[in-house]
Amino acid sequence: MYVYDAIDQRLVEERVSQFRDQTRRYLAGELTDDEFRPLRLQNGLYVERHAPMLRVAIPYGLLASRQLRQLAHIARAYDRGYGHFSTRQNIQFNWPRLEDAPEILGELAGVQMHAIQTSGSCIRNVTTDHFAGVAPDEIVDSFLWCELVRQWSACNPEFAYLPRKFKIAVNGAAADRAATYVHDIGLQALRGLDGAAGFRVIVGGGMGRTPVIGEAIREFLPWRHLLTYLEAILRVYNRHGRRDNKYKARIKILLKAIGPAAFRDRVEAEWACLRDGPGTLNEDDVQRIDARFARPQYEALQDLRLPAAGAFGAWQRRNVHPHKQPGYAAVTLSLKKTGVPPGDVTAEQMDALADLAERYSFGELRVSHEQNLIFADVRQADLHALWLRLRALGFATPNIGLLTNIIACPGGDYCSLANAKSIPVAEAIQRRFDALDDLHDIGELDLNISGCINSCGHHHVGHIGILGVDKQGAEWYQVTIGGNQGLTRPGAPAALGEVIGPAFARDDVPDVIERLIEIYLAARESEHERFVDTVWRVGIEPFKEGVYGRAHQERATERRQLAAA
Amino acid sequence: MAGLIRNAQLSEDSWRLLDAGAFLRVGESGLIPDFPPGADVLVPLRLWQCRRDELLQREGRVGVLVDGADEPQALADALPHAALIAIRIPVFTDGRAYSLARLLRSRFGYAGELRAVGDVLRDQLLYLQRCGFDAFALRADQDARRALAAFTELGAAVRRPYAWARAA
Repeated sequence: MYVYDAIDQRLVEERVSQFRDQTRRYLAGELTDDEFRPLRLQNGLYVERHAPMLRVAIPYGLLASRQLRQLAHIARAYDRGYGHFSTRQNIQFNWPRLEDAPEILGELAGVQMHAIQTSGSCIRNVTTDHFAGVAPDEIVDSFLWCELVRQWSACNPEFAYLPRKFKIAVNGAAADRAATYVHDIGLQALRGLDGAAGFRVIVGGGMGRTPVIGEAIREFLPWRHLLTYLEAILRVYNRHGRRDNKYKARIKILLKAIGPAAFRDRVEAEWACLRDGPGTLNEDDVQRIDARFARPQYEALQDLRLPAAGAFGAWQRRNVHPHKQPGYAAVTLSLKKTGVPPGDVTAEQMDALADLAERYSFGELRVSHEQNLIFADVRQADLHALWLRLRALGFATPNIGLLTNIIACPGGDYCSLANAKSIPVAEAIQRRFDALDDLHDIGELDLNISGCINSCGHHHVGHIGILGVDKQGAEWYQVTIGGNQGLTRPGAPAALGEVIGPAFARDDVPDVIERLIEIYLAARESEHERFVDTVWRVGIEPFKEGVYGRAHQERATERRQLAAA
Repeated sequence: MAGLIRNAQLSEDSWRLLDAGAFLRVGESGLIPDFPPGADVLVPLRLWQCRRDELLQREGRVGVLVDGADEPQALADALPHAALIAIRIPVFTDGRAYSLARLLRSRFGYAGELRAVGDVLRDQLLYLQRCGFDAFALRADQDARRALAAFTELGAAVRRPYAWARAA
């Protein structure tokens, strides 16, 4: 856990005072809605369907138990007793009052937290691999570099009014668990020939209405140049990104417009002026920041062989992950129990989880971009006791990596942008596939649901993606297959799903998913071939045909031929 | 023009904006009869580019008005002569002026007055200042006196104890 220094603490307190005054002036009529909007957004406040929504930053997903207790307190005192963990490792409260927002931000500052730049056209909360620091395939501990990016980007005066929002992800391991190819900037850690850390710099990826896989514009950037290179990219974007149309304002559109090579040339030209300048990192400064991380003091332990049978065994296979330290394991707490909106946690559960984190995982936990929680440092000897407690709390559903581990945005139930609801769709699918034995036969499958094209549910990179669309005021759902969030296994790079055909009514979605699964099970070469592997091998045609039927396909072909004639 | 803030204090404005229309009405004589020859005149970049020599022959000081979208190279030749560079902000959410100001200060070495004009509001003053602006011609409805409080906000953001953080 990064521990604030006096400057960090003062900054969050000063930010609260600043926003308190801005809110007061807004409520007194001294600021118009338009003038207040970017101010409130950069302090985490959206105006939503029912009330303002407050998005609190959980920098790189790392959370201390006392912070979680404070979130529980906020949920109880200012909201309706729960919070929603988002796909960007943040937590959102759906029911606060605008008048209370400065007070809530003050409560957050009291536990070294904030909501700075969790929204608005600025550099957002930096995200990373939820197994940072513990993964056996670690290249660097990405938390350190994330914290540097956080300090550099928070209240950075030059980049507060960008053409559009800007998201940076850092991945510090061999497997890409941070989806670096679908961020505005993805930083993939590498080791140079001399063993020193550096980053592959990937730019212009993203989801939304124009999904794009990012371009690597620099294969190896030595760590000391990290911030100057980010500055160069952001400056080129701030100066040249489109501002006339918000749908064409993301950096990916600039890359497409001028071409990745020309974009890289501009960045490199800008960087040539900044390189080795005062923004360059030095070892002392990096070490000082590194030293502010309180890290677990591990005991010298041996790896254990635990019983693999029964429900405990199933949970271990799905929800327990290897750890670089012998005798320890990382545990995913599934927030995807059927009937509970994905990512939602009540205040009571937060308190209970804070207790468990203290007892079993050095008082820390992480939020994953799959909307689950992670206890990263659990003694293997404690796994059974922890499992029993998690089961009692409803967080031991053994579905990590499986179909019912659905990623979904809050959707039309809460969000004013949504075209369609996502939570009831998730629940209907979970109910259909609830027989866990079936799931294990189906194998690993990422299913993502977004209630609109803004793609908060990351449907473009789901092995199966579901997108809510509006057709003459009715809710419809478009299905994509073959997406992939990143290099989670060798040879499986990030990919965007392809639409299988016309959208479906909500009630038909579980049938469609079941049909896709049947086609996969019949087509796969072995149990080791995942759904997405099969899609990549055979293409989407067999799936289209299976879902829509041959007749439908023929009609579609006819229509295309007529149109082309 | 509404309130002017210079160096975080209320200030009087001696500059008079000379736009292309006003200049051309004089019959392209190269003189500027509308203003006393000693007046400080602010001219749009295009006018500077066309009438550079005539402007430099005047007694009064010359300033150049640019857009946030302009390339800094385009005004490089004006920088040694200009006592004022004014960057127009068309709407307060347009962040290009911030980067342009940074470039003029850090890369082009411009040390004269750098003024934000246009949609300049109280709540953007702090970051504009941190990017190098030292003067602000506030939008007409803004209360310049009360806006001064903006400069005392978020002091910690510029006090990080690291070398990279002093770069700005």
